[in-house]
Amino acid sequence: MSIAKDSVGLELIGLNKILGGRTIIENLDLSVKKGEMVSLLGPSGCGKTTTLRMIAGFLIPEAGKVILAGKDVTTLGPDKRPSAMVFQNYALWPHMTVFKNIAYPLKIRKLAKSEIEKRVHDALGLVNLMHHKDSRPSQISGGEQQRVALARALVQEPDILLLDEPLSNLDAKLRVKVREDIRDLQRRLGITTVIVTHDQDEALSISDRIAVMNDGRIEQFSTPQALYDEPATEYVANFIGSLNRFTGNFAEGRIQTGDNVVGIRPEDVLFSSHQVPGSHAATVDLVVPRGHFFEVYLSSNDQKIRAFMSADIPQVGDAGFVRISKALIYKDGKLVKVA
Amino acid sequence: MSHSANKLNIQTNSWLVRIFLSAFIGFMGLFILGPLFWLAIRAFVTEWTFPNLLPDGLTMRWWRVIADDGSLLEAIKNSLIISPIVVLISAAICLPAAYAFSRYEFLGRKTFLIGIFAANAFPKIGLFASIATLFYTLNLMGTILGIIIIQVLGTVIFMTWIPAAAFSAVPRNLEDAARDAGASKLRVFWDITLRLAMPGILVALVMSFLAAFDEAQGTYLVGVPTIYTMPTKMYALVLNYPVQISAVFSLLLAIPSVILISLARKQIIGGQLAEGFQIK
Ligand SMILES: Nc1ncnc2c1ncn2[C@@H]1O[C@H](COP(=O)(O)OP(=O)(O)OP(=O)(O)O)[C@@H](O)[C@H]1O
Ligand SMILES: [Mg+2]
Repeated sequence: MSIAKDSVGLELIGLNKILGGRTIIENLDLSVKKGEMVSLLGPSGCGKTTTLRMIAGFLIPEAGKVILAGKDVTTLGPDKRPSAMVFQNYALWPHMTVFKNIAYPLKIRKLAKSEIEKRVHDALGLVNLMHHKDSRPSQISGGEQQRVALARALVQEPDILLLDEPLSNLDAKLRVKVREDIRDLQRRLGITTVIVTHDQDEALSISDRIAVMNDGRIEQFSTPQALYDEPATEYVANFIGSLNRFTGNFAEGRIQTGDNVVGIRPEDVLFSSHQVPGSHAATVDLVVPRGHFFEVYLSSNDQKIRAFMSADIPQVGDAGFVRISKALIYKDGKLVKVA
Repeated sequence: MSHSANKLNIQTNSWLVRIFLSAFIGFMGLFILGPLFWLAIRAFVTEWTFPNLLPDGLTMRWWRVIADDGSLLEAIKNSLIISPIVVLISAAICLPAAYAFSRYEFLGRKTFLIGIFAANAFPKIGLFASIATLFYTLNLMGTILGIIIIQVLGTVIFMTWIPAAAFSAVPRNLEDAARDAGASKLRVFWDITLRLAMPGILVALVMSFLAAFDEAQGTYLVGVPTIYTMPTKMYALVLNYPVQISAVFSLLLAIPSVILISLARKQIIGGQLAEGFQIK
């Protein structure tokens, strides 16, 4: 797939970064389209923040290039880049009011006072914080601080918006609301965005595409749907969603002996009381309610397998038939077949 | 039952503790403030000797003596000129060093910090004696410059340790955020780092001023008999003038301390001073 040059918002080419004598990022490529929202998703310590800080300019890579809006910025400092970052704990300046925090980037750009006033008010309106413009950061809630940090980034009208786990300090309910707000704003402004998260729900629900990282590399970079339906590596399959994992082969609707890895999503495990072609006898070991669905533990032919069901929930001890509608087969960690 | 007995016990206990504490605080208060109070009275009375419960009379005579005595005025003037200069020079040298200590990892960093501390832990008179021999060869004895150098030495510990801790306490990501907003490194230092470290620096300035203003040993060694400051003049006063003159002088000597400490009260009570002496 090739993309026209002017529609690329961010391009990382062969990035390498060594920190404390250890290679943290290894030969990393990433291409983000203009106006696209991309998540960097991965476990703690995999190098998400390091990657983001190389995009922002806080770290200079040992090798490779960072290209922002068509311009090579690899060796420029953060003050010279057309990027704006929202920090994990917001990093608001405690000695400035909300208004002054947001105005600061514009003051540095030496804009006229009236222009600063207007743009700060617009930004405050955008994040619904007009009533707090004279408050100190310490006087407002975490969610509000988060919005101030967002406004401070947006007011710069950056070519790219960078967010490092912007929601991790909020409680679960607020997190869902704020991520919708961010997504909504991002769409409205059409701003190219890279967001770091280790929460797969968050990544799946707000991204156009997700880059799943593992140990300084990108394992897979695709849409949330593709990531879920056809995880390219066993690592991604395990990381995204739930998985029944077996060593063996998949044939005739069941696990056979073999040396591949078979991954089966619990929602692809179908249990019913009557037999259909390709199904096998199974009994119900355990039923766990999970809110809007049930987790059903089954045994079939000495194999234990989990199913997610939302209707016709069986009882423990019920006998019936299990059918696998889809299986992912991995060899040496790579996807070789979807059965 | 046993519960209420227990309670009673604690209450009598806390009563005792409270009485002891009050007595202790009262005693300490007397110990610290008593001499000052006594001095304040001595500065305004004619004579007040042992068997008499009240002083013989009130007077401003002792203040006039000082106002009329050129050498005493000279000492006051010297002190008021030298101490601020010492603080400025010390700040110019030590604040950049403090920033380096807090922000850069370099060879000998820790040794340096501990060394500054250790130099203050040993009796200073030994250090001053060896400096004096050096000053003789450099012709710095009996000069203002010599006094300034000796006083700067005494302020180094305050001017490095406290600001270094204050700089370290500024979260890095606040600086990063300013860089990201487009500020140059210098601008970030000015708008964010220095601004947030200011309470600590203020405490350091006050402590240094007081240290310089009070410094007597080294100043005496280098300055006397050519140049007197207020503390070194005290030696002469105690020997050659009526005791009330010393009282007036002590009060004058205490004024800057009282003013500065009350100005920086918030920072000192806020723990900036204590924070400044935590080794990292
Ligand atoms: N300055 C540094 N010196 C040495 N090692 C570092 C430095 N900064 C980060 N690392 C290491 O680099 C690795 C990646 O760090 P990074 O902060 O990018 O992880 P992350 O994916 O953002 O993790 P998290 O989800 O916990 O924030 C970690 O193992 C970390 O210990
Ligand atoms: Mg991180």
